[in-house]
Amino acid sequence: MRGGRHRGLALVTWVYIVWSIVPVLLAIRFAFNEGRSRSASQGWSLRWFTEDPNLSVLNDPTLRSALEQSLTLAAAAMLIATPLGVALALGLQRWRGRGEGTANRLTLLPLVTPELVFAVGLFLLFTTAFSFIGLGTTAQIIGHVTFSVSFVVVIVRGRLQTIGADVEEAAADLGAPPWDVLRRVVLPLLTPAIVASLLIVFALSIDDFVVSQYLASGADTTTVPMRIYAQARAAPTPALNALASLMLAVSLLALGLAYMTLRLMTRGERRTGSESALGQLATLETGGTSR
Amino acid sequence: MTGRRRIWGVLAAPGLLWLAVFFLVAFYAVVAVGMGNVTTLFEPVPHWNPLDWNVGYLQQAIEDLLPGGTSWPVFVRTVLYIGVAMALSLLIGYPVAYYAARCAGRRSGLVLLLLVVPFWISYIMRMFAWTNLLASDGYAAKALNALSIDSLFNALGLMEGSDWLGGQPITVILALVYGYVPFFILPLYASLDRLDQRLIEASRDLGASGFETFRRVILPVSMPGIVAGLVLIALPMFGDFFTADLMSGSPNTNMLGNTINGYIQGGPDKSLGAALTMLMSLFLLVFMTFYLRSARREQRERTA
Repeated sequence: MRGGRHRGLALVTWVYIVWSIVPVLLAIRFAFNEGRSRSASQGWSLRWFTEDPNLSVLNDPTLRSALEQSLTLAAAAMLIATPLGVALALGLQRWRGRGEGTANRLTLLPLVTPELVFAVGLFLLFTTAFSFIGLGTTAQIIGHVTFSVSFVVVIVRGRLQTIGADVEEAAADLGAPPWDVLRRVVLPLLTPAIVASLLIVFALSIDDFVVSQYLASGADTTTVPMRIYAQARAAPTPALNALASLMLAVSLLALGLAYMTLRLMTRGERRTGSESALGQLATLETGGTSR
Repeated sequence: MTGRRRIWGVLAAPGLLWLAVFFLVAFYAVVAVGMGNVTTLFEPVPHWNPLDWNVGYLQQAIEDLLPGGTSWPVFVRTVLYIGVAMALSLLIGYPVAYYAARCAGRRSGLVLLLLVVPFWISYIMRMFAWTNLLASDGYAAKALNALSIDSLFNALGLMEGSDWLGGQPITVILALVYGYVPFFILPLYASLDRLDQRLIEASRDLGASGFETFRRVILPVSMPGIVAGLVLIALPMFGDFFTADLMSGSPNTNMLGNTINGYIQGGPDKSLGAALTMLMSLFLLVFMTFYLRSARREQRERTA
């Protein structure tokens, strides 16, 4: 009876897993087609990545610039959001007293705000009061940083909680001034969390569609998800699959590295299930949310 | 001592300032435009000062959303699609999360990894994959039509014709489930994973059957996880316009997100779009507050 029930659950789970992953694997498979179809397998080639002189990702300027724009935004967002978020996490973790609750809520709110609301807000801001910034790459970077900062805070605070305040207090008792404690004690302990934050912000930015779309100013600010959205229904070639596959490879690479860093960080600390490195990645979007 | 205190404020300041400007002021821009006016060229003129607010657009947005208004059918459709998608997510997600958290045994690491993967693949990429498969010559469309699923759905009134990407409500709903169910499974997984095995054993020892243990012990204990997961997928679904755009492309399946997107990105009705965004935010604020509250409570319990 018990075993039977588990077999049923196992079946549902494995069917779900196949359903959730196989479509994406097939989309990647079609990227390697020799022919023009993106709904059937037609041999194997790199035609749509590099070989086709006009239509491949390498040689079609619209596809190539989308990839470049996505990478530019991700790199910039990562480099701005991480220091902002690390500092914010450190501040919030120790802040006691007036304003603490409000500051905490302000940090968590972006995690649960529907992206459309957020994107409409930034779009209207940059087209009215902040028209000196205007729409375009700068606005897109600002948008990506804004939704990423909260994720960094969640990651870093999780780490701060496991470290505890003991080491820090010990250093302070031994007479180290606050900045020295921070630089020589806290930051080294936070290094894995900071590396993981950089990589996760990179992946969040690469995957983003709504904010990039609303803050774009024209063809040269089109990102990969925007290109896919614009062309998915327009009978394009497998070059679009190739572009999507490259994006996926880059973002999963970043996440794989983040996972390894988090694992390294929790090594020696016995943790299981949702407390493990994988569990942390899994529950990250739950605000410890979706973007 | 005061130096030690001050340092935390200094550290938090840039991040808080960033969020205040680009999150709070940005949201206030929605209010200012929604309560503002337009130039003769229909460019929005925000009214930043509450004393100058013009409620005309907000009134129109409310009238549009009420029965008989132009957005009323869209509103009903949005609630219906999201409601069905949430129910299906629960039906699919609960057994999966339960199995992964409690029964997978030595495979639990692998199962969790495979559940996390779709979570981190771009949403647009995952929808795009289905546009490949559901195109008239796509594998999924051919398989579904060969099994006469299209005729079945036609008979049930869920579909018209055999073109899966041609404005079918059922395609949009199933795509929403496909898109958001990972976001439901993972928080639920986390709460089931923390469930105390001793509770289940106690219930069994006291003679409860497997089903009774589930109904009277496991289900009540996992309720906060279920609610958190459902709220977590409802919020982005209300702001979704790309799923309907990619999977149907027909105005007959438009959701509120599509209406807002049309107003803001499309044409001369940005102020009306902003007013509609305000109303939607107000509606969702109830869910958001509820979610943040339960997340904080849970965090407090875990650290205590």
